[in-house]
Amino acid sequence: MTTKINWSRVLLYATLIVVAAVYLTPIYMTVITALKNPADINLDTAWQVPTHLNWGSFSQAYTKLAPNMMNSIILAVTATILSSMLGSLNGYVFSKWQFKGNDIVFTLVLFGMFIPYQIILIPLFQTLRSMHMYGGLPGLILAHVVYGLPITTLIFRNFYAQIPLSLTESAQIDGAGFFKLYLRVIFPLSIPGFVVTFIWQFTQIWNEFLWGITLTKYSANPITVGLAQLAGGQAVSWNLPMAGSIIAAIPVLLIYILMGRYFIRGLLAGSVKG
Amino acid sequence: MHLTRDRIIAFSVLLPSLILIAVFVYGFIGQTVYISLTDWGKGAALAVNPEMHLIGFDNYKELFTSFLHGRFRQDLVNAFFYTMTLVLGSLTLGLFLAILLDREPRGEGIFRTIFLYPMSLSFVVTGTIWRWLLTPGGGINVLPTFVGLPAGNFLWTSSRGQILTFDWQSIPVITAIVVALVLVFLAIRTWRKGTHRRAFIVALPAVLLVLWAVFGQRMIPQMLPISEKHGFNLATIGISIAAIWQFSGYTMALYLAGLRGIPVALHEAARLDGANDIQYYKRVAFPILKPITLSAVIILAHISLKMFALIFAMAGPDNASTCHPAVLMYLTTFRGNKFALGASIAVILFLLVALFIIPYLVSSFREQRRRAS
Repeated sequence: MTTKINWSRVLLYATLIVVAAVYLTPIYMTVITALKNPADINLDTAWQVPTHLNWGSFSQAYTKLAPNMMNSIILAVTATILSSMLGSLNGYVFSKWQFKGNDIVFTLVLFGMFIPYQIILIPLFQTLRSMHMYGGLPGLILAHVVYGLPITTLIFRNFYAQIPLSLTESAQIDGAGFFKLYLRVIFPLSIPGFVVTFIWQFTQIWNEFLWGITLTKYSANPITVGLAQLAGGQAVSWNLPMAGSIIAAIPVLLIYILMGRYFIRGLLAGSVKG
Repeated sequence: MHLTRDRIIAFSVLLPSLILIAVFVYGFIGQTVYISLTDWGKGAALAVNPEMHLIGFDNYKELFTSFLHGRFRQDLVNAFFYTMTLVLGSLTLGLFLAILLDREPRGEGIFRTIFLYPMSLSFVVTGTIWRWLLTPGGGINVLPTFVGLPAGNFLWTSSRGQILTFDWQSIPVITAIVVALVLVFLAIRTWRKGTHRRAFIVALPAVLLVLWAVFGQRMIPQMLPISEKHGFNLATIGISIAAIWQFSGYTMALYLAGLRGIPVALHEAARLDGANDIQYYKRVAFPILKPITLSAVIILAHISLKMFALIFAMAGPDNASTCHPAVLMYLTTFRGNKFALGASIAVILFLLVALFIIPYLVSSFREQRRRAS
């Protein structure tokens, strides 16, 4: 009996390890290719570990991507903070100051996060151009803040819905108005909510590509566009795109590995019904 | 009195966001629909005040019937297959991984982290890495040689192969047969439940549809002047594999949360009744996971209908065999400056996504109402 259980356990671990190896294969290939000398990269030996490590590709890729990286940092940090703060206030109103028809309005707001962005791209392009914001970072920040509102509002509304009514009511009896209630009771309890939205928004904005390529000029290109250009040429030597991929992925990978719990919460918030 | 004042403040705090959403989401959708009904894209398309004339549904008519736009129709077919492969692949693999992890192996956290990390990556990173892995002369194609087999020779994203080829003209017939099959399936189910009359009522239109498909299809006009072949482009397989690699961890997380939500007492009860693991999953767990599956299908379907960056980075935007309406919209609008035509593609894409999302939002809205009351 015991041996039988052990066998099923062995099978379980064997399967898990094989599948995990498959999931890690792309990372393995990326790292070994990035560390090879361009001359040593050929298709037959693509899977082999480099004979000597060449870190030069990283500094080369970094020199090319540094301006894009700076753009993405400014973009992601600003848009993340703005959309999270607005989302917090909106979520506060939707959960604690419900008005007539607030559920319909909320559903209409949520719709904004599911649309394919191609459907708003041309008017967005026109509007930014007429506001003289086309091509630069401010326009891109505006887009990310506005279209980030549905998800941040959703996360905060669900988060604040868990704050017991007794807590807010007692503060209100003590005479706390709208802002006082927010600053004294709601905001101090919001840290986990902010962590979830910060992580979610930062990852999304960092990884975004469509607006980056259509709404920014060369000098304002975010990291994803920079990487696509680095990897895009026909005669690419693969060490650079691979090193570039690692550079572009490191910030979000670090966030994911260090704060995976919150990342998953953001992930589930977008799909579990509100 | 005090409260009313606060209510007004509350609403005015919300108002700017609502106005932004109203303009940037609903206003812009309306404007794109309007643009799609014009001829914007002739001559100085990029002028600040470009010349535009309302021309009705001509752009849509062009896309669906003009000889020149066969590529758009193939892209629609591609989008359909991208959706099918991503949804089925991620659901199966995600469920499989969730069941493995539900057995609480040691190091579960590490495995979970490994299965889910691709989800945090950008599509551009995924696309770049997988382009290297799927280089025809290297990467995955070389793997069989390690165990003594001949190297693979599949060209991946540069493949020109096509299977399941069909004639665009026969789409009405194919649709009729698919609907008929669904109706027959429903009829059999109703018959088994014992409501025979209802089964007949369901079966009747199925019979009519099949009769029409066999005898009557000449009655409707041809959709195109000549026959046009479309099908499942083999070049899309590589991109689907990369997408499944990226999203199966997500469905795993959804299913695992669902499996962990099942009360232990229920599992124990099933075991006491003599159910083995397979029976437990089939009889107890899967029915509980049904709503999760539905959510996952909707989320994955809408993601695959929006797929842009992955295709762009992995196969390049100009690769016709892997193209997708989301990519074609970009090419048409921002490379070709045919804004009105691009807007029409965007509207069609939007309607496809709305088909999944609106019922989802309506049902979650109803559920919320029910919970509130």
